Order: sequence, then structure tokens, then C-alpha cells
Amino acid sequence: MGLMQRFSTIFKAKASKALDRAEDPRETLDYSYQRQLEMLTKVRRGVADVATSRKRVELQVNQLQAQSDKLTQQAKKAIEMNREDLAREALTRKSGLQGQITDLQAQQAQLQGEEEKLTVASQRLQAKVEAFRTRKETIKATYTAAEAQTRINEAFSGISEEMGDVGMAIQRAEDKTASMQARAGAIDELIASGALEDVSAPPGGGDDIARELEAMSSQSDVEAELAALKGSSTQAIGPGDGGATGTTTSEAQARPEQEGQS
Amino acid sequence: MIVRIMGEGQLELPDDQLDHLNTLDAELESAVSAGDEAGFRRAMSALLDAVRSVGTAVADDALVDSDFIMPPADASLAEVRELLSGDGLIPG
Repeated sequence: MGLMQRFSTIFKAKASKALDRAEDPRETLDYSYQRQLEMLTKVRRGVADVATSRKRVELQVNQLQAQSDKLTQQAKKAIEMNREDLAREALTRKSGLQGQITDLQAQQAQLQGEEEKLTVASQRLQAKVEAFRTRKETIKATYTAAEAQTRINEAFSGISEEMGDVGMAIQRAEDKTASMQARAGAIDELIASGALEDVSAPPGGGDDIARELEAMSSQSDVEAELAALKGSSTQAIGPGDGGATGTTTSEAQARPEQEGQS
Repeated sequence: MIVRIMGEGQLELPDDQLDHLNTLDAELESAVSAGDEAGFRRAMSALLDAVRSVGTAVADDALVDSDFIMPPADASLAEVRELLSGDGLIPG
């Protein structure tokens, strides 16, 4: 016997077992309809759960991407300041992040796929439940309990199979989501711990690379301003302009003070 | 005949496809029995292609039984084996 055949037999046995039969077959219809509505609620909740997980992963991708962009900027700045060591450090961290971003993007795509599949499944089940409800009312209105049996078996065809299918789809989506949730949790912790650095942190309060670059840039700003001032005083100390000497002296006095601060 | 691909819904196929499907189904069966992962992937996609290419979707509001049921398209060999053992579907 082929695999599809074996699988069909097993699946149908399960589906018909799930069907609790009541004394009056017409009651079975109502009972089954309730179960169908419950399943419909369950699959809709499943769609919402998967969507929540997907959004969480999307948020993480954005956070990590922002951090990665920031590291690129830091590397550029470090190169401008001739600090290849710092640039290397920034790029090393960036490449570590990139691996996580790729992994998360794959998860995001997978969750998106699950969400779409469950959405379609929920629409299909809804259409079948509607059809079942119409059939159920007709059967109850038209037939006696004894007569109803054949019609009921017909009505159950397909719906019980659909229920089993949807039930399994929800289960599989939950399993996939659960394993991703665990990894997403680990990344959230990593972000929270500051290991990946909070991108919203105020300037200066950031990571070590940022602090070093900032210290360097304030130093170089001072040097640049100093050089500019010196330049203007040199120009100013022209023949016949003795008043500029005072400026040069006060600058010279200011310099050790600033060096002492840095 | 009607074939259900788990997680995707039902498709109606011309009855003259039965022999072809049975051949592909037998290949899938032997790959699963042998635990041949590559063979399983190959046979599974051949069967899915055959069903999808000639099948037409059954209306959402139709309440009909399937003649054949296929495991989900992305099911792993291990998952299919578990389903066939009955543990995955029939409690107790």
C-alpha cells in the first residue's frame, strides 16, 4: 500500500473518532457545529499569535539593523581619525550582528508563510462551517431522527477532515513559533543587557567605541580650533600691530589647562 | 478523485491520473521505509507537482471526503514517519 493511502486511512480513522455521536443524530449535528465554531476561534487565535511573533522578530531585525548601521558610521569616523584598530573593532561587531540579522530575516519569512497559510485555512474552514450550518438546519427541519442518519453522514464528510487538517496546521504553526520564541527571547535579553548596545542611548553614554571616538573628536576639535586661532594670531602679528601679543599670551596660557582636562 | 494536501486544501483530479499517482506514491512509500531523506524529498515533490499540476481546487464551501490525503508539503521525513506510526494523529 502506498504512503498516501496509509496516511488517508490513519487520518480518517482519527477524524471519525473525534466525532462524538449522540443518541439523536440530529443532536450530533449541533454538537459538531459547536466544535467547528471552537476550531474557527482557535485558528483565528493561531493567526494572531503567529502575527505577534512575526512583528516581534521584525522589530528585532530593525533594532539590530540600526545598530549595524551605527557601527558602519563609527568605523568610518575611526578611519577618518586614523584609528584602524577602532574601525576594525566596529566592523567585527557589525559582522557578528549581520549573522543574527540574516537568521532573524529567515525566521521572519517563515513566520510570514505560516501566517498566510493559517489565514487561508481559517477562511476555508469558515466557508465549510457556513455550508455545514445551512445543511444542518435543512436536515433538522426535514428529516426524522431515523431518516437523518444518511444525510448527516454526508454533511460530516469533508468537515471532519477539514477540522483535522486545520487542527494539525495550528499545531505545526505553534511548534514552529515556539522554537522561534525561545530564540527571540534570547535576543531580547541580549539587547536589554546592553551587549548589543541600546541605540537610543544619549550621545556619550553609548558603547566604548562611541566614547573613545567622542573623546578623540573633542580633542581634535580643540586642536583644530587652537590651530585656527594660532593661524589668525600669526596673521594678526603683523608689523606695527603690538596689540595682538596679548591674545597670543592668553591662548598659550589656556592650552595647558585644556590638555590637563583631557 | 479528490486529493487533500494537508495544510493546503483539496484538489480534484481526473480519475485517469490514478495509476500515475500510485506509481509516485509507491516511490514515496519505499523512500520513507528506507529512511532515504534525499529520495523522500524527491518523491514528495514529484507527487506534489503531479497533484498540483493536474488538480483543480475544490470550492471552499464544499463538504466532500478526500480519496487520498497527503502529508503537509513541508513535512520532514521524521514527521511523516511519526504521522504514519499513528502517534502523531491517533491518541492512545
